[in-house]
Amino acid sequence: MAEAVAPPGRRVLAWAQEYGVYAAVGVLLLFNVLFTPHFLDVANFRTQLVQVAPIVIVSLGMALVIGTQGIDLSVGSVMSLAAALVALYLGYGAWPALLVALVGGAVAGTAGGALVAYVGVQPIVATLALLVGVRGLANVLVPQLVEFRNPDLIALGSSSLSGVPVIVVIAAVLTLLMAFLVRRTTFGRQVVAIGGNRAASELSGLPVRRVLLLVYVISGVLAALAGVLATARLQASDPTSLGLFIELSAITAVVVGGTPLSGGRIRVLSTVMGALLMQLLSATLIKHNLPQSWTQIVQAVIILAAVYATRERGTR
Amino acid sequence: MSQSAAPVLEARQISKRFPGVVALDGVSLALLPGEVHALVGENGAGKSTLIKVFTGVHRPDGGELIYNGSPVAFGTPLDAQRAGISTIYQEVNLVPMMSVARNLMLGREPRGRLGVIDTARMYGEAERILAGYGVVTDVRRPLRTLGMGVQQMVALARAVAIDARVVIMDEPTSSLEPREVETLFSVIRKLRDDGIAVVYVSHRLDELYEVCDRVTVLRDGRVAHTGPLAELERLKLIALMLGRDLDEVRTGGLTRFSRDRRGARGRDGAEPAVRAEGLTRRQVLRGVDVSVWPGEVVGLGGLLGAGRSETAKGIVGALRLDAGRVLVAGLPLRTGSTTAAIRAGVSLLPEDRKAEGIIPALSVRENIALAALPSLSRAGVVSDARIDKVVEVFMRRLRIKAASPHQPVQELSGGNQQKVLLARWLAIRPKILLLDEPTRGIDVGAKAEVQALVDELAEEGLGVLLISSDLEELVEGADRILVLREGAVVGELSGDDVTEDKIMASIAERGAESDG
Repeated sequence: MAEAVAPPGRRVLAWAQEYGVYAAVGVLLLFNVLFTPHFLDVANFRTQLVQVAPIVIVSLGMALVIGTQGIDLSVGSVMSLAAALVALYLGYGAWPALLVALVGGAVAGTAGGALVAYVGVQPIVATLALLVGVRGLANVLVPQLVEFRNPDLIALGSSSLSGVPVIVVIAAVLTLLMAFLVRRTTFGRQVVAIGGNRAASELSGLPVRRVLLLVYVISGVLAALAGVLATARLQASDPTSLGLFIELSAITAVVVGGTPLSGGRIRVLSTVMGALLMQLLSATLIKHNLPQSWTQIVQAVIILAAVYATRERGTR
Repeated sequence: MSQSAAPVLEARQISKRFPGVVALDGVSLALLPGEVHALVGENGAGKSTLIKVFTGVHRPDGGELIYNGSPVAFGTPLDAQRAGISTIYQEVNLVPMMSVARNLMLGREPRGRLGVIDTARMYGEAERILAGYGVVTDVRRPLRTLGMGVQQMVALARAVAIDARVVIMDEPTSSLEPREVETLFSVIRKLRDDGIAVVYVSHRLDELYEVCDRVTVLRDGRVAHTGPLAELERLKLIALMLGRDLDEVRTGGLTRFSRDRRGARGRDGAEPAVRAEGLTRRQVLRGVDVSVWPGEVVGLGGLLGAGRSETAKGIVGALRLDAGRVLVAGLPLRTGSTTAAIRAGVSLLPEDRKAEGIIPALSVRENIALAALPSLSRAGVVSDARIDKVVEVFMRRLRIKAASPHQPVQELSGGNQQKVLLARWLAIRPKILLLDEPTRGIDVGAKAEVQALVDELAEEGLGVLLISSDLEELVEGADRILVLREGAVVGELSGDDVTEDKIMASIAERGAESDG
């Protein structure tokens, strides 16, 4: 049964779940302003944001998938497939190549989504198969690193709009779009309802399978876009290593942002904050000359703290 | 039956409380060696809690458990099993991928030198044991390749082989074919002759009368009756389970249903709002026909497991059917699709509010708007203004008590959650509403409100299919009642025939025929 009044401990936890990630980012920023030399330099901010932008874009799709009690492990491989397709079709121009890459992402997402929604394969298994297979396909298409000189594509990766890198602008716009999608559209509300109680959603006549399929397609397209942007910034297509382990960073961002893995709740802005927090954390520790291994340990602690905070309400 | 023998297992004044409910209230039950003891009762009577006390899953809050003459307290199910109390659950709990022999001998495999399992001996022994139960099969095959009946027999053989003195069977025949049931019964009789005490839980009265010696009826956590089964009339047994006095003269007026019962008025020549024909599903439904006319409340009566919920789920496409079709206003409905049913105007308020009804973490507002979302949005973007309006209308009409429309629905009381679900359906203006136990587990006030609402909706022309284990609710709420028994309609009552006595008689009747 429902609890009448939350005891103080639970209220603290509820607060931490709601705003913890914002507070953590704030504390970290304050620390850096006070103790890290050159932290307030514009160049430093630009670097941090450009680095985190692809992770943010991938995390947006991941948050949607996790909201349905699913998971998408294939995002890194879809990035590499996008990189390979861009390199192959760059001869037709940057925009057609981008389009082909996005279609590639949609196809991979359709495959994963169809396995989950219509065949009934567990999300972790379906997307694990894609994680392996799609990266293999990308390597077959483009076996080694290919450099390119297409000015449009290079501009996509390195130009700025009134001082803000285009990549960052794209990530910001997508964040707002995703927040709108989740909060304000029929589709978004149905995603949340299905994640919250699939049986009830089915009995309420929601198009459960179609929604699930679409969720994975969106995740695939976003991953492909992130792959193209990362490739544009590198000025080279590198399907072998692009996007390796990014699924873990994306899941981390979602979890640290307070979206429960048990589904039924999607926190878009907090997910972006989660990605920023992890980025800022590793940057801070590197600037203070702590070895990479320390970063990993601190990140692990933060993940555990976030999971502990979400656990309370995410109970099923 | 050895009447004079001391009980092998005895519950003395056992009590068990859960937050908000008293599951067992001073229950006493003595189990004699060499008897088959039927344990019966409707939902929430306390059967499963009592079984869980026997098997060490729950510890009683009061009273004591006497096993072999001395008090015991089982800490875990394993303790109970080691002491000799075995349970066969509805779903077999063995290892499906392992061979029959491995399952049978798990944990006590014959070993050769060096402690290696002696497979040849294991297979031989397994074959010998199973032959004793009339099962001849290749014991090397994985268990899952066998039929449910054989699997159940393996589970039973395993239970007995580990020196069980008490065997508890929870609905053992629910997934068995008639032939397999016969084999099971002969095994049960063999156990009885060997001096083992068997607790037999089932809702199938024919089975109880065929195989059981004594019966204990639980109701609302107390023992309503205990004694030899053969002396107990079927009708009397049903009355005990449902908590009704046979001689009780119905005066009526205790529920909030106030409408005059209508006969078959207003349906001459017209199509029923919904007509289900020959709904069939293996083990569950055997050709159920149901029709509901607009403005009519049709009750589905019957005991637990008679197929009432399954009929409702079959109509809305939430239960896969082997055969049968559903017509809405004369037009056939695509089967197996709740979306199609809802679009045609047929909605189901499910029995299990928590698992199939509410989206717990979402707000009252979102739960109400869920099914109506497409009609409350423009080009896929939801309209807050329209949702607010609908939510306000229904929160007021159904008197939903919540701090605000934005309160998570899981924080509401059961009665208010039920009203939220009703509002979810009313918001899409259905033509037919299937209500599965709409007043179970909600407080008296909310219950009366829900009952009054059902009346009101029917007056407005909605067709209602009402499922309830509360006979009084059924009799006072329904215009017409179909009685189900083991997945088939066994009686239809209308007009002055809609009485509690007639329903109970109808439940009992057919069983009596097939018995004689």
